Amino acid sequence: MPDSGAVLAKKPAIDVDKIRKDFPVLSRTIDGKPLIYLDNAATTQKPWSVINRLFKFESEEYGTVRRGAYKLSERSTRLYEESRRKVADFLGAASKEEIVFTSGTTQSINLVAYSFGRRFVNAGDEVVISNIEHHANTVPWQVLCEEKGAVLKVIPVNDDGELIMTEYDKLLSKKTRLVAVNHVSNALGTVNPVREIVRKARAVGAKVLIDGAQSTPHMKIDVRELDCDFYTFSGHKMYGPSGVGGLYGKMEVLETMPPYVTGGDMIVQVTLEKTTYAKPPSRFEAGTPPISQVIGLGTAIDYLNGVGMDKIGEYEHSLLEYGTRLLRDIPGLRIIGTARDKASIISFYLDAAHPHDVVTILDQDGIALRGGHHCAQPTMKRFGVPATARASMSFYNKYEELDALAASIRRTIKIFS
Amino acid sequence: MSYSSELYQQVILDHNRKPRNFREMPNATHFCHGFNPLCGDDITVYLDVDNDHVIQDVSFTGSGCAISKASSSLMTVHLKGKKIEESKVIFDEFHKMVLGEFDPEKSENHLGKLTLFMGVREFPSRIKCASLSWHAMIGALEKKAEGITTE
Ligand SMILES: Cc1ncc(COP(=O)(O)O)c(C=O)c1O
Repeated sequence: MPDSGAVLAKKPAIDVDKIRKDFPVLSRTIDGKPLIYLDNAATTQKPWSVINRLFKFESEEYGTVRRGAYKLSERSTRLYEESRRKVADFLGAASKEEIVFTSGTTQSINLVAYSFGRRFVNAGDEVVISNIEHHANTVPWQVLCEEKGAVLKVIPVNDDGELIMTEYDKLLSKKTRLVAVNHVSNALGTVNPVREIVRKARAVGAKVLIDGAQSTPHMKIDVRELDCDFYTFSGHKMYGPSGVGGLYGKMEVLETMPPYVTGGDMIVQVTLEKTTYAKPPSRFEAGTPPISQVIGLGTAIDYLNGVGMDKIGEYEHSLLEYGTRLLRDIPGLRIIGTARDKASIISFYLDAAHPHDVVTILDQDGIALRGGHHCAQPTMKRFGVPATARASMSFYNKYEELDALAASIRRTIKIFS
Repeated sequence: MSYSSELYQQVILDHNRKPRNFREMPNATHFCHGFNPLCGDDITVYLDVDNDHVIQDVSFTGSGCAISKASSSLMTVHLKGKKIEESKVIFDEFHKMVLGEFDPEKSENHLGKLTLFMGVREFPSRIKCASLSWHAMIGALEKKAEGITTE
């Protein structure tokens, strides 16, 4: 890893001062101190373009979708479907019909667990996850396996928080129905070798779900090149509104799946005897969707494309290097998650203070970050800590903010020692 | 910062560093495990209550943040020698104080040094840290074998 001076000497991939003007919340103060927002893995802030789009849509254009034959509804429907196109292009899907809007990653994974899982996972079958999953990609599979008498297998990780791929090889067999792993771990920042994971799962005929909640904000995704069957994301982690997210599913797989939630909008015909289901994605979008949120998500994707995912990745990587360097130098601080390939997330544990106390002291300095188990209790257990404090960086963060973070951590250690 | 809104008072920091009565109690008449799933705070409270309902000894073990550790420690110091009925009253006052529903500066109370935790009411996310061992203490008196959780 280059030293912090070398990181600073490089011309940044992004003009961060200019970017920051796009995000109104970043100029506010918390108890008189400038806000330093480092909880981007939990949720991201919104640029003006998204805020303004939501305002305009709500105040001038709002109408229901897929139902009305009047101007407002037709326009809403068109905007809604345009967003689907934007998401499809953003993820590299073959068609926009492969994108199902949901309330977010949690619902997307549940959709697959209940619809695909109930139909295709049977007694004695196996589902493979990893030791560094969010509970959203753990509990639905536990529930499914329990219900079906299937077996849940877990890929272990090494002390750096990297999946042990030789162990993964051993878990795969003809019994493997599905492999479900995250692209980027929210608790540690590890970027998993998803291409290899998919290729190996394919070789035994298993389907693959990639939880992309943490990858979509940081890197260019190409689901076709990846060749996965499912890919999930959350709008609120991609600078868009909360309450919306989605599921990419290969059309040939989606077509085999029964509906998960039933009701209006997912049917072709309902008689009192029988219902014929609509094609994907409508089959999986019963009820009135979060219309404004979907449209806001489309605008967030426009924004990300405007900045450029490559530049975002490059700049965030230099923030990661810089921050890692600063934090590693603090005596009594242990970084949890030291994989070679990481996204801009630094989880850490102090000998002197519990993560909750760290977060409370940092908050007094205007620094917002998360302390807790990050909905990844099995990961915490693997690393022998009850919880960690986690700084997660976005392309709107500055090196100076990481300097402030390091100073505040040192102050915390002093208080509790 | 005013006296009451300062969360990490020196006494609290001191009890965090050197928790009192931090030990198992093999001959406990009552004990209960308390768990806060949100932050992993994990504390067991032990009591030795005699036939006259007096708490002869009280101790705790486990791990947690500074607030939960200091709160446990100060609780054990405060409750030793008290009657069960008094302890329940103190629990009630303490609990209401950290929730911001009881102001010990304005009302007569049995909290003594425990008013140090008044600042907690300004930190909603930390209320459960301060009250975990108290809930465990009540759980122990009520013989809750399965333990208690804050969720
Ligand atoms: C890796 C990962 N998976 C799933 C989720 C759940 O996402 P959501 O809460 O948006 O449904 C998160 C968010 O915390 C996450 O980081």
